[in-house]
Amino acid sequence: MAEKIYIFKRFERFWHWSQAALIIFLMLTAFDIHGTYTIFGFEDAVVYHRAAAWTLVGLWIFAIFWHLTTGEWRQYIPTTTNVIAMVKYYAVGIFKNAPHPHRQTQLQKHNPLQRLAYIFILLVVGPLLWTTGWLLLFWDSLADWGLGGLQLEWVAVGHTIGAFLMLIFLIAHVYLITTGVTVGSHLKAMITGWEEVH
Amino acid sequence: MYSSLRFLAAAWLAGGLVLAGVTPAPVAAMKATTADHSKFKELQRNFATGPDVTRACLSCHTEAAKQVQHTKHWTWEFLNPDNDQRLGKKNVLNNFCISIPQNYRFCTTCHVGYGWTDKHFDFTVQDRVDCLVCHDTTGTYKKVPGTGGMAFGKDMELPPGSGRIVKGIDLRMIAQKVGKTSRDTCGACHFYGGGGDGVKHGDLDSSLAVPDAELDVHMDALGLDFTCGTCHKTSSHEVPGSRYTPTAKDRGGAHIRGKNTEGNPATCVSCHDNDPHKSGRHASRLNHHAKKVACQTCHIPEFARGGVPTKMSWDWSTAGQLDADGKQFVKRDEKGKIIYESRKGDFINATNVRPEYRWFNGEITYTLIEDRIDPNRQPIGINRINGSPHDGKSLIWPMKIMRGKQPYDAENMNLVTPHTAGDDDYGYWKNLNWARAIESGMKDSGLPFSGKVDFVSTEMYWPITHMVAPKEKALACAECHARDGRLAGLDGIYVLAQHNNKWVDTIGWTLVFLTLLGVLGHGFLRIISRKQS
Repeated sequence: MAEKIYIFKRFERFWHWSQAALIIFLMLTAFDIHGTYTIFGFEDAVVYHRAAAWTLVGLWIFAIFWHLTTGEWRQYIPTTTNVIAMVKYYAVGIFKNAPHPHRQTQLQKHNPLQRLAYIFILLVVGPLLWTTGWLLLFWDSLADWGLGGLQLEWVAVGHTIGAFLMLIFLIAHVYLITTGVTVGSHLKAMITGWEEVH
Repeated sequence: MYSSLRFLAAAWLAGGLVLAGVTPAPVAAMKATTADHSKFKELQRNFATGPDVTRACLSCHTEAAKQVQHTKHWTWEFLNPDNDQRLGKKNVLNNFCISIPQNYRFCTTCHVGYGWTDKHFDFTVQDRVDCLVCHDTTGTYKKVPGTGGMAFGKDMELPPGSGRIVKGIDLRMIAQKVGKTSRDTCGACHFYGGGGDGVKHGDLDSSLAVPDAELDVHMDALGLDFTCGTCHKTSSHEVPGSRYTPTAKDRGGAHIRGKNTEGNPATCVSCHDNDPHKSGRHASRLNHHAKKVACQTCHIPEFARGGVPTKMSWDWSTAGQLDADGKQFVKRDEKGKIIYESRKGDFINATNVRPEYRWFNGEITYTLIEDRIDPNRQPIGINRINGSPHDGKSLIWPMKIMRGKQPYDAENMNLVTPHTAGDDDYGYWKNLNWARAIESGMKDSGLPFSGKVDFVSTEMYWPITHMVAPKEKALACAECHARDGRLAGLDGIYVLAQHNNKWVDTIGWTLVFLTLLGVLGHGFLRIISRKQS
């Protein structure tokens, strides 16, 4: 019988899924604004994008508070141990049914590659999107704040680069969900909190 | 109980009033002026000519003619203080009928005066001022073409001996009913600039006489019902709002009694302020747009929207063709609009025209007849507009750009003033001979003509400012925020969805595609390896 541990707490799961929904919606509206396709049309897409962004800001306020008060922020401290092993596992082992090199525990929810990916999102992609996004949200007032010299082009291009990075992350992230003990075990963990481990 | 009693009482009272024939006073009468001109002794007589009426007007309005004589409407001359160019209808050229010299007696049908038939017209005579052309309220006033804008109270044979009778108009009735200017009086000339309805401006044509809200939200005859003078707020006969020195960017805010009354009252800002969008989900964003984009750009999505076509191109170089019988002929399109005339050349007409957009700071430089032109640099700008995203004075404006070809002196390298209209041996329209027509016109302009005629492409800018649509019909965001948006090609702006960085997009989508390919390949290999084991 499979061993199960309780990995993702209720708030964490709420945070994850609402954030997922918001980010996917932000992306949907983002490329509508970008002119890649027309679903809502530029005008409505801007309104929805802005609303979703503010909602995400609100969610993050709670998430940051939660991470700080529970100490869960430590889950994202990067480590180099086992990184090579993880790469080898995804490149070779996974095809040979080799054992997963990372043993998931409540104190180490994320494997070393995950940690690196998340810290990259947290420290690079996130801040890029946030700063450029805030500048765009408040573009009308920037001159009053002494930031009138900023070029819209650079801010917009930075935001677009962030969007592409986030989309690439999303694709990889969604795929890697299927690499648990069973194809659905990671997904199940994020829904129920309980992860199947060996 | 009490209220129903009161209702009954009111109904009874109302019924009684109606029965007694007492109806509320008509609102129009309440608005009426304090002077009923039909009661003035001075006007209770017949008038033979326009100047006769003017003399009667001036007997009370002692300063009126002097005021008019100070205006461009009278002088057809304007000295541009910015560049010292001597402009005004009398001096500038255009790429429609081209110029006035030697054509005075026809062009001046639209002069606020009587008898300007040649360059020797005396601009100081007061009874030559035409009061009625602006102050007629009957719609029956007519100035006779070919007479320098005369008006006659009785039937006349014009020209004398021609056998052609011009019907006289009832100047007595017209004089007794004078009033404020109206869309009709201003429109009598300004709708027909360029020689016909809607020809010249594109945003001014006869459809604005009684427009609906869709066509012009301010002039809407059943709504706000603005006249031209509501915005072009005239004082001492000086009508504000200039095509020679337009206000491209008004930073003065709304005009309020007692303050902010300087500046052009005909701008959008003079009523709507510099932050015109007060409510709505994009208000602050749109106000920010207004720092670079003229109100007109979004609020006049198309010009010539009233069903009257405007001329977009006039090619004089093809004029002069004759039919098989050696006679002048006319070609029309399927709607009956003229597209070729032997005496004028080829035309392109259009309705519902999407403007072209340019940075514009209000500075306009004309190519005048004495200016040398360089035919290697066509099109020649009949007028050139100045503007830049960086000068702090410019906004993005909608323009009608009139294009065409017109004659020039191929040796002296200047544009020319051909004599077109007129029943003589020189006028082009009758004789189809450019050399003679130009020689005659240039002589009147007092300038040499080499005799060598060729044609150059020209263009002329007409900033679009009338035909303001209701706000629901203003440009939607995606009209500009799209790959081929309306502002494509304008420098100095970054338009989301239009100016996307090609490198970022290409590299971005490539990486997204590769990632997708990678995970799909990885997954595929996993499935295969699982089956094998």
